[in-house]
Amino acid sequence: MHRRSFLAGALAAAPAALGATACGNGADSTAGSGGRTQLSYGMWDPLQVPGMQKIMKAFEAEHPGITVKLQVIPFAQYWTTLKTSMRGGSAPDVFWMNAPNLRLYASNDTLEPLGEHIRRDGFDMGVHPEELVGIYSYEGEHYGMPKDFDTIGLWYNKELFDRAKVPYPDESWTWETVYDAARELTDPKGSVYGIAAEMQGQYCYYNSIPQAGGYVIRDGKSGFAEPETIEGLRFWTGLVDRGWSPTASAMTDTSGRQLYISEKVAMNYDLSAMASMMYAAPGIKDHGGVAVLPKGRKRATTIHGLANVISAKSPHTEAAWKLVKFMGSKKAAEIQAREGVTISSYTGTQDAWVKSMPEFDLKVFIDMLDYAVPYPHSTYTQAWENLQYQLLGSSWTGHGDGIAKASRTLAQQMDLVLEREN
Amino acid sequence: MAVFPSTAAAQARNKPRRPRSQRAAYLFIAPIAIGFAVFYIWPLLQTFYFSFTSFGVFGGNSWIGGENYERVLQDVTVGRALLNTLLYTVMGLITLPVSIIIAELLNRPGLRGVAIYRALYFLPFVTLPAAIGLLWNWLYNGDYGLINEVLSWIGIDGRYWVSDPTTAAYAIGLVMIWSHVGYYLIIFLAGIKAIPRDYYEAAELDGAGPVRRFVRITLPLLSPSIFFTSVISVITSLQAFDLIYIMMSQRNPALGSTQSIVTLFYKWAFEENAQGPAAALAFLLMLLIAALTFLQFRLQKRWVHYA
Repeated sequence: MHRRSFLAGALAAAPAALGATACGNGADSTAGSGGRTQLSYGMWDPLQVPGMQKIMKAFEAEHPGITVKLQVIPFAQYWTTLKTSMRGGSAPDVFWMNAPNLRLYASNDTLEPLGEHIRRDGFDMGVHPEELVGIYSYEGEHYGMPKDFDTIGLWYNKELFDRAKVPYPDESWTWETVYDAARELTDPKGSVYGIAAEMQGQYCYYNSIPQAGGYVIRDGKSGFAEPETIEGLRFWTGLVDRGWSPTASAMTDTSGRQLYISEKVAMNYDLSAMASMMYAAPGIKDHGGVAVLPKGRKRATTIHGLANVISAKSPHTEAAWKLVKFMGSKKAAEIQAREGVTISSYTGTQDAWVKSMPEFDLKVFIDMLDYAVPYPHSTYTQAWENLQYQLLGSSWTGHGDGIAKASRTLAQQMDLVLEREN
Repeated sequence: MAVFPSTAAAQARNKPRRPRSQRAAYLFIAPIAIGFAVFYIWPLLQTFYFSFTSFGVFGGNSWIGGENYERVLQDVTVGRALLNTLLYTVMGLITLPVSIIIAELLNRPGLRGVAIYRALYFLPFVTLPAAIGLLWNWLYNGDYGLINEVLSWIGIDGRYWVSDPTTAAYAIGLVMIWSHVGYYLIIFLAGIKAIPRDYYEAAELDGAGPVRRFVRITLPLLSPSIFFTSVISVITSLQAFDLIYIMMSQRNPALGSTQSIVTLFYKWAFEENAQGPAAALAFLLMLLIAALTFLQFRLQKRWVHYA
């Protein structure tokens, strides 16, 4: 009975779904009733839906002939869905893009090049951080309009610092200061650790590698065999080996972020975008703080941000460009900043975000733009990021392979992946 | 030219006609044969073809010859995945003696509630691997897991079983054993039941104890079942995927030491847009399975007794 009704349901649903897509395409290709153009906008973060709706409303007010429909696809399925719909030709007209995927999409001609539109309308890309504009360029052509950005800061817990009588982090801090503080802050009896040294690129070693003078990828070659890069990795594994951070094994089920929020670690490198989450945790709101990343040989922080891109298959390229241009404007950036979820990438609109949480010194995230390093990426970013977990992971457990050897193996493997890109 | 009806009829008569029963037989095997061709043979041929192509992420393949195979053989992670897979295979084979011993115990004359035990042991086998994986992850959990809790009662410090690279593969292997015991148990129970009681009575009269009877009568006469289950077990273990996929999160530091050939295949094909090398890897795995199965069939003459 159960099975039969399930089958019947599936059979009934199949033609309905087909019909729906067919209708959708029809409405897309011919302007809908009343001469209006309908654009679809693909995104993954449900938290940003209210903000996006406000932006779309403002856009529709300026462009009476165009309506925009939000299409929220959960991140876990976002890229698979997008790939499939790209093949089938039903992809959203405008959608969110991130650094790891940009080149994969751009190099397969699935994105509309923006250069000509930008030149024709005289749009100044200089209003967005250079590193972000760079991430969304491929072979000298613009493919994305930056939307927001993230940098990494050192989050700390003032109460735990006070208890261990350690001065709060500030711009004078270096790697040595971090080590000294982590030692002082670690309290085995209270099961408190100095820092959460996670096996994670963006929050952790993508920052320490350039700080040590190394690099992750340059000119299509892996940097993991470079001694400076290995030094950047060792900054983290050293903290684990000394017992001043939980091991990666301990942070598999409970992330460093969760440990920081539950006040089990005194320091944690984390995203600016997590500010609102920290703000929602009463303890952290009361005695949490944030500082610029401590200096290694150099100063560095990883910058990443999303961008709006146009599908090359969209039948409404002009309308889609109008939307993308609007979303890259000051007006849209201000609406987004007021929502407080992310930092808008438009220069000068970040104040609203900084002021929205006065307890935290959020200005440090903007100040760090001066020496921000773009999130490392290439065409098959996902492939070599997966390799990092497979090959480096055990070095974060306190009794794994030596990090130097593991990192050199990773370099070799990563170069194999990168060969495929040429 | 007109064909006389009588000639046509004569020609038809001269043709050797298949007996009706044979035609019916083809009809009967048609469903499975068509299913097999569509869902096994065709994908197999396609995979073989894809293993020589560069697979376009957004459609379109191009022929690149043996490059994918080269890449598979150069890849360090393939070697590690193969070692892990062989470890799972060895652990999978441990399931067989465990099941035989349980079957023998359940077969003791006068044991009550055999049906209940049988059902209990069989239950894990019919439970969804996803549910089993999640459940065991909770048991193994380093902070709140039941296993560490019980160990702490007797003064042993627990570990992060599934995220510690030194224990994770064994922890997963143990769950594989646990979830497969029931299946082999049913086969062995039937096998033991089929052994004539006279042999045991004769042996008992000659003064053979229970252990000797088990080793000298049960095991040799059970060898056809043992052979069958060992073939099945090796094939299943070489294709290990679901439990590993469920139990190992993306950021687990033990990822490299638990990854099997098939989980690596999945990653390449569905996460990293490397369908070509993935197809080559899948094809090589098929060859490995075929080779090991062939070897088992060759060796069976040495130890399998068909009574």
